[in-house]
Amino acid sequence: MVIGRSNRPKSSEITPEKVYISRREFIGASTAAIALSGAGASALKKDWLTNKQIVRSSLLAAESITPIEYVTSYNNFYEFGSDKDDPSNYAREMRIDPWSIEIEGEVGKPGKLGIEDILTNLDLEERIYRHRCVEAWSLVVPWIGVPVKKLLDRFEPTGHAKFVEFTTLYRPSEMRGQRSFFSGIKWPYVEGLRLDEAYHPLAIFGVGMYGKVLPNQNGAPLRLVVPWKYGFKSIKSIVKIRLTRHRPRTTWNILQPREYGFYANVNPMVDHPRWSQRTERRLPGSLRGPNRIETKMFNGYAEEVASLYGSMDLRKNY
Amino acid sequence: MLFRGSVLYNWIGLFVFLACLTPIFVLTYDVYRELDMPGTVFGADPPEEIVHYLGKWAIRLLLATLALSPLSRLFKWPHLIAWRRVFGLFAFCYAVAHFLAYVTLLVEFDMTSFIGDFVKRPYITAGLLALACMIPLALTSTRGWQRRLGPNWRRLHRLVYVGGVFGCVHLLWLSKGSYAEAVLYSLILATLLGERIVMFSLRARGRQ
Repeated sequence: MVIGRSNRPKSSEITPEKVYISRREFIGASTAAIALSGAGASALKKDWLTNKQIVRSSLLAAESITPIEYVTSYNNFYEFGSDKDDPSNYAREMRIDPWSIEIEGEVGKPGKLGIEDILTNLDLEERIYRHRCVEAWSLVVPWIGVPVKKLLDRFEPTGHAKFVEFTTLYRPSEMRGQRSFFSGIKWPYVEGLRLDEAYHPLAIFGVGMYGKVLPNQNGAPLRLVVPWKYGFKSIKSIVKIRLTRHRPRTTWNILQPREYGFYANVNPMVDHPRWSQRTERRLPGSLRGPNRIETKMFNGYAEEVASLYGSMDLRKNY
Repeated sequence: MLFRGSVLYNWIGLFVFLACLTPIFVLTYDVYRELDMPGTVFGADPPEEIVHYLGKWAIRLLLATLALSPLSRLFKWPHLIAWRRVFGLFAFCYAVAHFLAYVTLLVEFDMTSFIGDFVKRPYITAGLLALACMIPLALTSTRGWQRRLGPNWRRLHRLVYVGGVFGCVHLLWLSKGSYAEAVLYSLILATLLGERIVMFSLRARGRQ
């Protein structure tokens, strides 16, 4: 079994029990047809996850994994409504099979491919990451996915490509939040990264979690996971990927530019205009209290990603 | 006796009193269930849910209080006015409960960070100001104080409008993602305040 890839000693060398169990579940699940459970998860007709070689390369967060029932029932996925339990209640209305993703822009091989074809011959990896929302709550999630670079390289980005733009599904008939008069967001949801950020080894396309395929409310069937940034950068249910020369205009930045920037790196020293980012509530909380912890620079991934930003002023480029 | 002369001393009164207490009954029941089976009632963030629930009812009852005078004018029901104290005091009680829940469930007890966060979260200041506006109103809500203060009582109790505004600002400032609820309450408040402005300017013009 592969242990954590960082050779810096972590504060806890002991694999939390939940990590160990989820790995065992994984081994069992990968050799049989996966029965999907959990609120809102829908069974895919094509079990393309089953035959994948799971490389258990994990980046141990040295904290405990959030129990799955919270991760699948507490979501910000405004396409289904703005309450935290709206996605788990309504995301089942979204059909994720068939699903194709369009790759366009500064690439040598643009095209529109079915998700099974995009993932052919790509080894899936398990990554245990912290997930920090801009609202100052956080989780620890064992994602399954592929590095963004490995997937994008197949489409041969040209020398002009400087940024990647991602777009979420727009299908108001199945996403009731998009039909709502009060949604406030101009659909579809768009996010983006600088190319070097997208190519960083930590950035993955997520296709599963907790040893199973992604539930709808968590961004099925394919989403982005960029753990050193606020959660709204980790766009869900992607249908289009565009390589661009110019910085893409992203949804939250358009909606509230003073509050949500393009970079959105987790930074305890740069507050949101209306609340502090110095601490976060690690979920689940309980009646005894919110389990408040100090927020770490780049969500604790500073050693891995700080070099991406060099001497950039992170207060200006929030 | 406390209730004998009060508007609550009949079946309607009892019904209204129990209705205003219902959110507390529901919350108590939910807390009991949560203690029994953690994680099943309030979702991933019980402190946030509980604090928000109490605050929501505080502002709803405040808006209900402010709606009584316009409604009594609209439907020509003078006896509605007498209910203002009941609803106002309940709004105050929920606001206090909301504040206490916030202090016990959400605040860190590290003093330096408490001050720092206080400064960095203006929505908390707005909330405290809203509560501060309501305290003198609750304390002077009795008939004894009404007599003691005379014409100044009416002037003091105009603080309820200020409290309402701070309450809505508090909610607008802390809304993450969806503003719908905050905007709704603000619009209702604006309507209730607007009605008074219109009323009183018409009356003033009428007297000229």
